[in-house]
Amino acid sequence: MGGFVAWRLRLTPPACIAVMVVRKGKFGTAGPTRREFLWTCAAGAAAVRVGALALEPSASPGRSRVVIARDAMLRGSGSSLDSDRVLKLLDRALQSFYDCDSPLEAWKRMVRPGECVGLKVNCLAGRGASTTVKLVEAITERLQQAGITDIVVWDRLNSDLESGGFRLNSKLAGVRFIGNDSAGYEDELSIHGSVGSLLSRTLTRTCDAVISLPVLKDHGIAGMTFALKNFFGAIHNPNKYHLTVGDPYVADVNMLAAIRQKIRLHIGDATAVQYEGGPSYMPQWSWRFNGLLVGRDPVALDYVGWQLIEQKRAAEGMKSLAALSRAPKYIATAADAEHRLGTDDPRQIERVEI
Amino acid sequence: MNSDQKTLDRRAFLKAAASLPCLAGCAWAPAGVLPLRVPALFIAGEDDSRFIIEAKYYEKLGHRKIKCKLCPRECVIDDRERGYCGARENRGGIYYTLVHSRVATAHIDPIEKKPLFHFLPGTAAFSIATAGCNVNCKFCQNWEISQVRPEQVRSTYLPPQELAAIAKQYQCPTIAYTYSEPVIFYEYVADAMDAGHSQRIRSVIISGGYIQQEPLKKWCHEADAIKVDVKAFSEKFYKEVVNGELKPVLETLVTIRKQGTWTEIVYLVIPTLNDSDAEIRALAQWVKSDLGPDVPVHFTRFHPEYLLTNLPDTPVETLERAKAIAGAEGLHYVYVGNVPGHPGENTYCPKCGRIVIERQGYTVGQVCLKKGKCTHCGQSIPGIWSV
Repeated sequence: MGGFVAWRLRLTPPACIAVMVVRKGKFGTAGPTRREFLWTCAAGAAAVRVGALALEPSASPGRSRVVIARDAMLRGSGSSLDSDRVLKLLDRALQSFYDCDSPLEAWKRMVRPGECVGLKVNCLAGRGASTTVKLVEAITERLQQAGITDIVVWDRLNSDLESGGFRLNSKLAGVRFIGNDSAGYEDELSIHGSVGSLLSRTLTRTCDAVISLPVLKDHGIAGMTFALKNFFGAIHNPNKYHLTVGDPYVADVNMLAAIRQKIRLHIGDATAVQYEGGPSYMPQWSWRFNGLLVGRDPVALDYVGWQLIEQKRAAEGMKSLAALSRAPKYIATAADAEHRLGTDDPRQIERVEI
Repeated sequence: MNSDQKTLDRRAFLKAAASLPCLAGCAWAPAGVLPLRVPALFIAGEDDSRFIIEAKYYEKLGHRKIKCKLCPRECVIDDRERGYCGARENRGGIYYTLVHSRVATAHIDPIEKKPLFHFLPGTAAFSIATAGCNVNCKFCQNWEISQVRPEQVRSTYLPPQELAAIAKQYQCPTIAYTYSEPVIFYEYVADAMDAGHSQRIRSVIISGGYIQQEPLKKWCHEADAIKVDVKAFSEKFYKEVVNGELKPVLETLVTIRKQGTWTEIVYLVIPTLNDSDAEIRALAQWVKSDLGPDVPVHFTRFHPEYLLTNLPDTPVETLERAKAIAGAEGLHYVYVGNVPGHPGENTYCPKCGRIVIERQGYTVGQVCLKKGKCTHCGQSIPGIWSV
């Protein structure tokens, strides 16, 4: 059980030992209360801080928490996102996820001063179906308040970033915008299972930590794209991995060490959900969900996101992705015994809707 | 050269190339020619629009989607996405090739290196490729250009007329479209073949054969030879190791033969994966029955590469066994490849058994052919023997 808990907390080996020892002697088999959990963290703080990690305080041990935060007035009375409301939504989502009383406390659990933090956006589709600029601005503001002075907003191409509304030559202090076509790729292949790819140097060499900002979208070939598939933007050859509805490729890409080890959190952009016609922007099928999906478990996030898309499609009288032979099977693969990237079992997913 | 100049005229190119150790301007000598690496004298600049033209062989679907009809994969591609090959892109419902005239590598190679053993032996082929490929063979020796996107590799702008002129200047009677996969730079190949023929330069295509019938037939009308890689004689191998299909490749070979275009087959023998007697025999039987016994087959030696680094080099005995099996099934011209100095590199007359063309690696030695016939016994040896 201690090992399982250690896995769920993504702890480095010294911290694993600290948790296992404490659990045996103090907590019995019922699992720690929040106070006991925090005591454990304090006692093991030195070990816990060794490696890159982010604690996920699940109310129920062994479950993956997914926070679904919405604001019906996210766009005010118009069609554009309201920056203040986006920031407030972000704060509520993070505080709920980390079960803490202030937004800064949440961010400080995720990152450390001195780190270079990368924000992996998805701007393939251009404006309308890309990670929204205002969300990135809100995250940047909170990161800087948390003591982060080096932030990199990155994606596959500089042109993608520009088409998503990000200005490459922005004078925003402490924030850089880098496409992989500028940063380049590693020379050596990273290999797991069915994939062999060169990884973006932004990921491998520039960033100490990555916060993933995927966009919830239907995908005409892979079924859907969200947390797991966002990291197709970290490899040089994503075009090779859309066969068989992206399975097992999407799962295998996420097994690559540099991706697994650096992601601290997924903040899924569901302000506008493309429930059909994706990954392109198709306004007639864009759903103003006005929300964010936050979690550490990309499989759980994808599962929840998939269900949202299916519910919307059903409400619109559309066939399910499975009926169209493009159910995102890679989600189940990512959860299987070989990958263990997270859970797609709804009984193991704690949905917190706020 | 003006540093702002984005294209390179032939004079400037040759002046720069002459500074390299090469045999520029020298006639082909039977003793061999050094492979010349044509330098990337400038990097394709940020203005990539020169390389982008509307693609052939695609179908428009609704909502800005397209279906590519160039290869059997028939990728359905959303706006702003690329096909499997990485070299063709949907922009607003129009499909574009991104690699017209976008040469990622260029060499002067002996024609034997392709390998083509029954095509202008002892001559040089000006060999080029762009980035991209429509399969993903785990053993690809050129993966650094075939498995990358065009913008990820240094390229040279070499439009068809310039390509033909340079090949002529280097006294290459042939341009070879090779290294990666010419199917995916189809439009460039088509235009370059036209330009080459206008300069009396032949064209050979070195391909995996994964192409639809309609574009293939157009190629057959223009190309002087098409060498096809048959990766294995099983669909399972094609699915698991190549990410392709065998059946369309076999159909390609049948079409090439029916169109009367010269063809040779290469079968890379990979230990434990496609080297069984049964599979080799099945291949040989199919070649004899569907293509004819005169189609040359090269069994070549595998070396660990790319994603297949856990297997050993192919034992020479395995290649010799494959050659023996194919010969026993009645194929007339069966070769052992990637084993320099092996007697299996020679061409033997199927009638009298004597050496017709002697080879050592890529170097041609004695040639006992006159007007395409064995000088020992007069047997006709199929191939293209004169420029």
